[in-house]
Amino acid sequence: MSIPITGEKAAIRIKQNVPDSVVVFDDTNVWVEVDKLLDVCSFLKDDVELDMQFLNSISAVDYIEYFELVYHLRSLRNNTTLVIKAKCFGRENITVPSVTSVWKGAELQEREAWDLMGIKFSKHPNMKRILLWEGFPGHPLRKDFIR
Amino acid sequence: MPINTQPVTINLGPQHPSTHGVFRLRVTFDGEQVIDVEPVFGYLHRGTEKLAEERNYVQIVTLTDRLDYVAAMTNNLAYVRTVESLTGIEVPERGMYLRVISSELQRIASHLIATGFLLDELGAFHTPLIYCFRERERILEMFEMLCGARITVSYMRPGGVLQDAPTDFWPRLDDFLTSMPGYLDELEGLITENEVVLARTRDLGILSAQDAINASITGPVLRATGVQWDLRKAEPHEVYDRLDFDVPIGSVGDTFDRYYVRIQEIRQSLRMIQQCVAQIEPGPVRSKAPYFIRPDSVDAYVGTESPKGELGFYIVSDGGISPYRMHIRAPSFINLTVLRELLIGWKLADLIVIFGSLDIVVGEVDR
Repeated sequence: MSIPITGEKAAIRIKQNVPDSVVVFDDTNVWVEVDKLLDVCSFLKDDVELDMQFLNSISAVDYIEYFELVYHLRSLRNNTTLVIKAKCFGRENITVPSVTSVWKGAELQEREAWDLMGIKFSKHPNMKRILLWEGFPGHPLRKDFIR
Repeated sequence: MPINTQPVTINLGPQHPSTHGVFRLRVTFDGEQVIDVEPVFGYLHRGTEKLAEERNYVQIVTLTDRLDYVAAMTNNLAYVRTVESLTGIEVPERGMYLRVISSELQRIASHLIATGFLLDELGAFHTPLIYCFRERERILEMFEMLCGARITVSYMRPGGVLQDAPTDFWPRLDDFLTSMPGYLDELEGLITENEVVLARTRDLGILSAQDAINASITGPVLRATGVQWDLRKAEPHEVYDRLDFDVPIGSVGDTFDRYYVRIQEIRQSLRMIQQCVAQIEPGPVRSKAPYFIRPDSVDAYVGTESPKGELGFYIVSDGGISPYRMHIRAPSFINLTVLRELLIGWKLADLIVIFGSLDIVVGEVDR
């Protein structure tokens, strides 16, 4: 059975190696600073103990005051899972560092987050809309989207 | 003397029989060789994630049928498992067995389609496909007995399955289980050691294990690279921990391995169903769950091994009767991450075969 890594254990490990990155944590999740996202992710992937080689999915959620990016990670060797979250405040021109340099699997998922939720990823190799066409007005999964 | 050629960009699809629906590729060729590929998505985008925000948890089951429309049962399973993890609804034993039986039947049907269309794309026009469809038809007829629908089944509910199997379902299933291995031998006799198939698929479109893991590839495509990773083993849900089965893997990660892993998985699925039939006992199939579900937890992510790979649902709840946000981790979509690297350098005829061996369904890619 896959074992979820507790937020506390992961937070301590991240704090030791990437300073000033953890905002808060609970039983299952760790919230990190958006600016430090790339550093945290590359640490999690390369760390021998946590070994998060596999990016499961990237989800974006609109909580109106802020957007939340949710990274579900997995270690195939240890059969463990970890959830990393990052809050991005503001409604316009939100830019988040892309993790495509760490996991190639983020490529299409980040384009999807831009297309449907309107979160831009910097240093993404091909930051274009994916499911809708260029010129589509707005981002339909936002809570304030009116067709 | 070398002949100077000019690169030519052509459109493959969206209306093309080899693209498994409405999928479009902008391919740049140098002569017959692929030098660049750009997949263009979105021709079947229906906004499933947005639609889910307006429906209650039971109604969303019908939306999941339409994601991977050749494997509706496993989509149902992935979704209801997430709702159960969000709410803590229990499933009775018999319900779990019926879930495993129906989703393994669905896996066989989906892999038969993948194999049939792969052969179609290799130029064995329609004959092997009809062989595969003949057996798939028997599975669809059994689904009709279970729930009245063949493709868009909506058989599962949070807390179990819609209804118990009718009594004449079990003889039909036994009949299927006894005849299917012989049929598979027949199919394999035509394909697995066929010289033309081997020449066209061996060492074609090789994907390394490292690249596959880095690109979040799951399902038979990952297992063909030699990584023994199956969520039914790694995270046994329902009754998978009581079943004895192997996880077949490939050695090279080429097109042939992707085909052969699927064939072996069909045999393992048959094994699992046989054990389920032996173990299943009478009892209720569905626990009492309210029609309007109001989850207590905030969010849940559950991944399930669907025929294409890990199908995951991430549901965020605000305590209301519909999800605040539902994100679908679609395996067909994410498996396309490696498409460009796999295709570059091959010829047009190989492009179709490699693309077919990834086995995508556009309903799931575009959602």
